[in-house]
Amino acid sequence: MQVLEGYVKQVRVMLNSNYAVAYAVRDVDVDVIAAYPITPQTGVVEKLAEMIANGELDAEMIHVESEHSALSAIIGASAAGARVFTATSSQGLEYMHEVLHIASGMRLPLVMSVATRALSAPINIWCDYSDLMNVRDSSWITFIASTAQEVYDTIVEAYMVAEDPRILLPVIVAYDGFWMSHTYEPLYVAEDKSYVRTLVPRRDRVKLDPQKPVTMGALVGPDWYYEIKYQQVAAMSEAYEAIREYDRVIGRAFGRFYEPVEAYKMDDAEIAILTYGGIYGSLVEAVDRLRGEGYKVGAIRLRLWRPFPVDDIVRVARGVSKLLVVDRAISYGASIAGPVALEVIASLHRAGLDLDVVSYVAGIGGRPVTESDFEGMFKLALKLGRRAREIGTIYWGVRGVSYD
Amino acid sequence: MIRIRGVRDLPREELFTPGHGLCAGCTAGTIVRHLLKVAGRNTIVVNATGCVEVSTTMYPYTSWAVPWIHVAFENAAAVASGVEAALKVLARKGLVDPTREVRVIVLAGDGGTYDIGLQSLSGMLERGHKVMYVLYDNEAYMNTGIQRSGGTPLHSWTTTTPIGKVMRGKLQVKKPITDIIAAHRIPYVATANVAYPIDMDQKLAKGLTVEGPSFIHILQPCPTGWRFDPRYGIKVGRLAVETAMWINWEMTEGEFKVTTRVPRRRHVRHYLTIQGRFKGLTEEEIEEIQRYVDREVERINKIAGEEVIGPLVD
Repeated sequence: MQVLEGYVKQVRVMLNSNYAVAYAVRDVDVDVIAAYPITPQTGVVEKLAEMIANGELDAEMIHVESEHSALSAIIGASAAGARVFTATSSQGLEYMHEVLHIASGMRLPLVMSVATRALSAPINIWCDYSDLMNVRDSSWITFIASTAQEVYDTIVEAYMVAEDPRILLPVIVAYDGFWMSHTYEPLYVAEDKSYVRTLVPRRDRVKLDPQKPVTMGALVGPDWYYEIKYQQVAAMSEAYEAIREYDRVIGRAFGRFYEPVEAYKMDDAEIAILTYGGIYGSLVEAVDRLRGEGYKVGAIRLRLWRPFPVDDIVRVARGVSKLLVVDRAISYGASIAGPVALEVIASLHRAGLDLDVVSYVAGIGGRPVTESDFEGMFKLALKLGRRAREIGTIYWGVRGVSYD
Repeated sequence: MIRIRGVRDLPREELFTPGHGLCAGCTAGTIVRHLLKVAGRNTIVVNATGCVEVSTTMYPYTSWAVPWIHVAFENAAAVASGVEAALKVLARKGLVDPTREVRVIVLAGDGGTYDIGLQSLSGMLERGHKVMYVLYDNEAYMNTGIQRSGGTPLHSWTTTTPIGKVMRGKLQVKKPITDIIAAHRIPYVATANVAYPIDMDQKLAKGLTVEGPSFIHILQPCPTGWRFDPRYGIKVGRLAVETAMWINWEMTEGEFKVTTRVPRRRHVRHYLTIQGRFKGLTEEEIEEIQRYVDREVERINKIAGEEVIGPLVD
C-alpha cells in the first residue's frame, strides 16, 4: 500500500476501467443497481454482483430484462430515495433513449457508466463514440474519462454532482469500450471506503414518501412545460461551476486534480490537436514525437462533454493558429461530421476567434488510432492548409479515400 | 388489511380526490377510488401512461393524495420494481423507517399491459417483486382516441378496426392476458369487474397481502370508446358477467376459483347491442362471438371442475 503525501490513504491496484467503475460504485455505497448485459460494459455489473454476493456492498441488484427497464427501474428507485447506478453500451444506450430524457426531466440524480461502442448496423462490438454522441441532447451531464484512475475518481465525483441540490441532473461517465474497459492499468483506490462515503453524504430531496405525498411525472401543458424545461437549461449551466468545485474536492481528497479541458505542451504551441477518451495517451506520445521533429504542437483533452466547457476551450486554443479535432463518431450529413469539432467551432465563434479548425473522424468501429495516426493527421492538415475547411471533415484511415 | 363484506367496510377517507378530467361516466375513476380506499395512505402508485395518468395530474393540479409517479407507457412494472427494491434496501440500511410497510401498486391500462408493457411486466413477475399490478381494461387505446389493442375483443369497432364491407372490426379475439400472467406462477392472479365492487375490493385487498407479485385484471366499461350512454357503465359491466363475456375468477397459489357464479347465462346479444362499438354486426358475426364465449365457458367449467357458469337460457 502506498500513501500519497497529504491525502487519504489509498491502495494501488490493477483494474480495467469496468472494474474501476465497480470499485467506485461500491465505495460510494450505492443502494440499487439495475443493468442488462451488453459487451463491453458487462464486466461492471459482473464485478458488482460479486461484491454484493461477498457482502462488500449492501445493494439491491435488479436483474432486468432490458436496458429500457434498467433505466426505468433506477428511476423508480431514485424517486423512492435510493442512490442508484446502471451501466451500458451501444445498443443498450440507444434502447434507453426515451427514458434518458425522462430521467433528466424528472431531475433525478442517477449515475450511469458507458463503455462506448459502435452502433449497428453492421453490428460491431468495438469502440467508437457513436452511442454517446447520439444521446448528447438528453440533458445528462457527461464526462469522458481517459484512464481507469480517472474512471474511478469521476464516478465518485458524478454522485457529488448529480445529488447537488443546485443541479439534480443525471450523470454519464464514459470511457472507451475495450481500449479501456478491458485494459488493466494500475490505479489508486481509497483504502477505507467509509472515507469515500463522507465525501458523498446522503442528502434529503423530494421523493415518494407516504408521509409527504408528491405527484412525480405529471402532465404539463403549453402553459408550464417551457418554464420547466428552462430550469433544466439553468441547472445544466450551473453544473459547470459545481463541477469545478467538485474537481477540487476530488483533488484535495485523492491528490488528483482534474479540469474540464486538459492541456499538454500548450504554452508555446502554434498548432494543437484535441481529442477525448483513451486515445489521448497516444496523442500525448505523438505530440512528443512531433516536438522532436521541431513542430510547436500541443495536445488538448476534453474531459467534460456536457455542459460543454466553452471558456476553457477558448482559453487553451486562443494562442494557436490551427486546431485539429479528432472525433470518434460521425454526425451523418452534418456541416461538420465530428460532433466535438462542431462544438469547438461554435465555442470559438462565440469568442470571435477564427482559427483553422480541422475536423477529423477516426477510430470508427474499433479501428485503432495510434501515435502514427496522429502524426499522419497532423502532417496532412499542414499539407492541406486552408483547403481543409472546404473539405469539411476528413475521414482518416478509410480505405479508398484520399485527400492528397 | 381491512376485511370487506360490504361498502360500509370501506373507509370514508378519499385518497383519490375530485376535480380530475376523466370522461363523464368513466368507470376507471371508480376503480381508482376503490383501490385507494382498500390500499390506504401507506401506498406508492406507479401509473403507466394512459387515461388515468393524463386525466388526474394536469399540472399544477393532482388528484392523488398518495405518492404517485409516472415515467412512461411501457415501463411501469420496471419503475415499480425499482421503487420496491429501494424501499427494501433503504429499510435494511436504516435510511427509512423499517417498521412502516409501504405498498407498491402499478396502475396501467390494456395498451400498457397487453402490448407495449408486457415485457417489463413479465420481468417484474419473474423477479418476484412485491408489487400489485392493477390492469384497468377498457379494451382499446382510449387515451389516444379508441385504437385497437391486444385487449380489444373480436369484431369490436375501433378507429383502427372499422366495421367496413371487407374488414369487420377487430379480426382477432382478445389476448388471454390473465392466463399469460398466471403462467408466471405468481402468488395471486384475479379478474374483477367494476360492476361487482365488493368482489373487486376483496381481490384488491388480497393482492396487497400476498408475498410477491399479484395481478388484478379489472374490466372497465368505457362510455366514450364503447359508445354507450355514460349512465350505463355499471349495467354494461354487469351484462358482461351475465353473458360470460367476462368471468370473475381468482387463482391463489395455483388454486382456481370462480368468484361470481352465473347459474343462468344470457346470450351475448344483450351485452353487444347496448354498445355502439358492436353496431352493424350481422347475426352470423354475433353468433361467432357467442360460439367463442361458449368455448370459453366450457374451458372455465372444466378448470373449475363443476358448472360454475350455467347454460345459455336467454
